[in-house]
Amino acid sequence: MSAPLTAPAGTAAIPPGARPVTGFWRRALRHRSFVLGAVLSLFVLGAALLSLVWTPWSAYDIDVASKLHPPSAAHWLGTDVLGRDIVSLLLVGARSTIMVGVIAVGIGLSFGVGLGLVAAARKGWTEELIMRMSDFTFAFPAVLSAIMLAAVAGPGMVTSITAIGIFQIPTFVRVTRGSANAIWAREFVLAARAAGKGSFRITIEHVLPNILSILIVQATIQFALAILAEAALSYLGLGTQPPQPSWGRMLNDAQTLLFQSPMLAVYPGAAIAIAVLGLNLLGDGLRDLLDPRLARER
Amino acid sequence: MSDAPLIEVKDLGVRLNTSHGPAQAVRGVSFALRRGETLGLVGESGCGKSVTALALMGLLPDSAVISGSIRLDGAELVGLPDTAYCRLRGNRISMIFQEPMTALNPMHTIGHQVAEPLLRHTGVSAAEARHEAIALLDRVGLPDAAKRVDAYPHQFSGGQRQRITIAMALACQPDVLIADEPTTALDVTIQGQILDLIASLVEERGMSMILISHDLGVIAENVERMMVMYGGTVVESGETNAVFTRMGHPYTQGLFRARPRLGARKGTRLKTIAGTVPELADLPAGCTFADRCTIAEARCRAALPAVVDVGAAHGVRCIRTDVSMDAGGVGA
Amino acid sequence: MSVFFLRRILTLVATLVAASLIIFLVLDALPGNAAQMLMGADASPDAVHALTVKLGLDQPLTVRYLLWLKGMAVGDLGNSYVYGTPVAGLIAERLVLTIPLAIMSMLITVVLALAAGIYTAANHNKLGDVGVMSLTQVGIALPNFWFAILLILLFSVKLQLLSAGGFAGWDDGIWTGIRSLLLPAISLAVVQAAILARVTRSAMLEVLREDFVRTARAKGLGKREVLWRHVLRNAMIPVMTVMGLQFANLLAGTIVIENVFYLPGLGRLIFQSIANRDLIVVRNCVMLLAAMVVIVNFVVDVLYAFIDPRIKVSNL
Ligand SMILES: Nc1ncnc2c1ncn2[C@@H]1O[C@H](COP(=O)(O)OP(=O)(O)OP(=O)(O)O)[C@@H](O)[C@H]1O
Ligand code: SF4
Ligand SMILES: [Mg+2]
Repeated sequence: MSAPLTAPAGTAAIPPGARPVTGFWRRALRHRSFVLGAVLSLFVLGAALLSLVWTPWSAYDIDVASKLHPPSAAHWLGTDVLGRDIVSLLLVGARSTIMVGVIAVGIGLSFGVGLGLVAAARKGWTEELIMRMSDFTFAFPAVLSAIMLAAVAGPGMVTSITAIGIFQIPTFVRVTRGSANAIWAREFVLAARAAGKGSFRITIEHVLPNILSILIVQATIQFALAILAEAALSYLGLGTQPPQPSWGRMLNDAQTLLFQSPMLAVYPGAAIAIAVLGLNLLGDGLRDLLDPRLARER
Repeated sequence: MSDAPLIEVKDLGVRLNTSHGPAQAVRGVSFALRRGETLGLVGESGCGKSVTALALMGLLPDSAVISGSIRLDGAELVGLPDTAYCRLRGNRISMIFQEPMTALNPMHTIGHQVAEPLLRHTGVSAAEARHEAIALLDRVGLPDAAKRVDAYPHQFSGGQRQRITIAMALACQPDVLIADEPTTALDVTIQGQILDLIASLVEERGMSMILISHDLGVIAENVERMMVMYGGTVVESGETNAVFTRMGHPYTQGLFRARPRLGARKGTRLKTIAGTVPELADLPAGCTFADRCTIAEARCRAALPAVVDVGAAHGVRCIRTDVSMDAGGVGA
Repeated sequence: MSVFFLRRILTLVATLVAASLIIFLVLDALPGNAAQMLMGADASPDAVHALTVKLGLDQPLTVRYLLWLKGMAVGDLGNSYVYGTPVAGLIAERLVLTIPLAIMSMLITVVLALAAGIYTAANHNKLGDVGVMSLTQVGIALPNFWFAILLILLFSVKLQLLSAGGFAGWDDGIWTGIRSLLLPAISLAVVQAAILARVTRSAMLEVLREDFVRTARAKGLGKREVLWRHVLRNAMIPVMTVMGLQFANLLAGTIVIENVFYLPGLGRLIFQSIANRDLIVVRNCVMLLAAMVVIVNFVVDVLYAFIDPRIKVSNL
């Protein structure tokens, strides 16, 4: 499935520092799923950025007089039941989605990687405790945590970000610990220990840089999962609240109008699917490109 | 013993897809094997021994291109559809592999695995097959066979597992047994026992055997005829005694000099000759050994040398046998 | 029963207790006064106090927690703050829908995933493999509730074959009930099956490279026979692990999907209870879902021992 790797002649002569960069882009541009994933992801990111400076109409102004318009030159994809322009809603929705995703993955990444690194560095009961705790967290899917939080603190973006973030932690703990353990067993770490470096320094200087590419791949895929979770929570009314547009919320609104305006239920879902597909393909591509050992099987 | 060969291989060639593109892993291999005969195949790692064996078994990857001819009792095997080949494998031709630790399915009992070829090829009932499996396991010297028939592979040692794979290969009384380095992965003390077991079974059942090894000592003691392989070609073949006493090919001589002591059967691994085995993809044109041969000439690289008869049924693929057999003989 | 088995059971119990503790702390310790919330901000302090006493909320936290644990052990989950009826009964009513839905969609998931996984592994790198794998890539990207809406659009709005929601119950016969759960179960299953199919495929390909596969071929078994008799069972171990984890997703998914199809299941009960501020119902529902996830993963662990002879059952 991956593109043929025709290494340019004389690769070995190029200094090791320079090679990965040029080699990476050269291979990346030939990697089909990487390119497709990058294009789709950039498309969604571009939409979110664009919404900061420009939308065709305001995504917040209600104009019931022009509700449920079919697509036209003025409203490319028509309007919703409150007369808001669909394209504008989709653009601003991309922003909500990306924001929730970035913060939630940030939470998962910082706690998860931190705990995973500690588990790998300390071993013993510390590792056991951390791993048991992360196994335990798996029992609480994002929807369940969000329900609990919403029951006591009310629904909203903070609730959904927290719930998704917590749900992301155990995955990062596992991936980090697994790959960090492999690094700890390598010779250069033994050498560093023999040289008297402490486990904190070894973690920062040797372990973290070596598992970075695995973490990047994982974060990309977790980002996709976060987007799916955010959409579900907003759809259920637990996440992003009106009038802030969000894709999940739009689907909920559209569902009551399935017989009148079926297309309203198609656009936001397609937007979610494009974002998730893009990130997944990007993650797969990065996995192939950054760590060929992991990629063999795909 | 009849005169018609049981297996007749003519000009066998195998082209494989490697990570460096397609490569000719085996070429120009020819031999004949009569019922009850034993043949050894010796050579360094990567010279194509296993590929040759797998070609006989019809177990090369689908992408492999096989040329030449392999006949079993006169019937052509190259190009045989897989379903027809399945009726031969484990029935008329069997194979023992190098790695007993991984050759058995960890999820099935050993009894089940030994009985499987019987159920596949003979019309016996499950109960009969089980009974036969116990008898086979007993014959290959597995202690307490009747009790341990329902045990799983991980409950046995490496040597015991190799005994189990031997029982499996022999289940249907095959005509030909291919043993691909059956003792390489085993403890030195066990190797002799397993080889003795194979030898006695071959004798007892009148099977033909192709024994693959990179251990000259193993070859010397276990087979009547031998072939030396290098870079996918057979560089020398003949009666084991003749090859050992009058070795004609510079590579055979190198192999011989590199081994510690003739007669020390156990653990005699080959030390390599100066230089390394060439990558399949960039084998030299002409004689495959030319890059490492001390007496190579320009004309050696022109074309693959033809086989020269240097004695009764003793062939050498070298154009300078006059020099090599003069200077590099056993005494050197 | 061996020491190991005992230890696993103890871990299971400890996990369940930890889950109950967290749920209790979040739902019962953090918010101010549940009675106040129930009655609204302008209720008289006397009335709020009376309700507090009536609901037993004046007792210390530890007592309430222990009472809850004891109640769960004997099956008495207390009474709904809002309806006054036993919570256990409310939940049981809803499980009649949620459990069959979860089982149906898990079955569909497993059947679809194994079929696709085995097919693609058997046709590795051929056109069918590439095609099915691309489909799963898209499947993974679909939000299940959107897929559900698309199914409604197709089967209810366009073709008018199935109803767009609601649950007929089991009184009119099993088939009527199954029919109303069909679309929800499919929409839950398809996305999960896409993930599981990929796992199955790569597990099978991994096993296909093992030596014993060649041994089996050398015995005269055909490619298909080897796949079914020797590869599949070995590949099941990673597949089962993922199946266990997917069950958690599936339960979370039922909450969402029940809302799409207006099904009166556990998910709907939770949402109504949140809206009603009926925290005791929320607490028990969440506990039930978390417990199901934990128990399913425990069962998967135990099943390994039956599938993989290298883990002896007696040693579990
Ligand atoms: N399936 C395959 N695809 C590509 N190349 C292969 C394949 N099998 C073997 N080869 C290559 O063919 C050559 C011969 O391999 P073969 O396994 O026959 O060596 P061998 O003589 O049996 O060595 P050993 O003593 O290590 O078993 C090697 O260079 C090997 O890398
Ligand atoms: S043919 Fe030439 S190169 Fe090859 S072995 Fe003989 S002398 Fe050496
Ligand atoms: Mg070999």
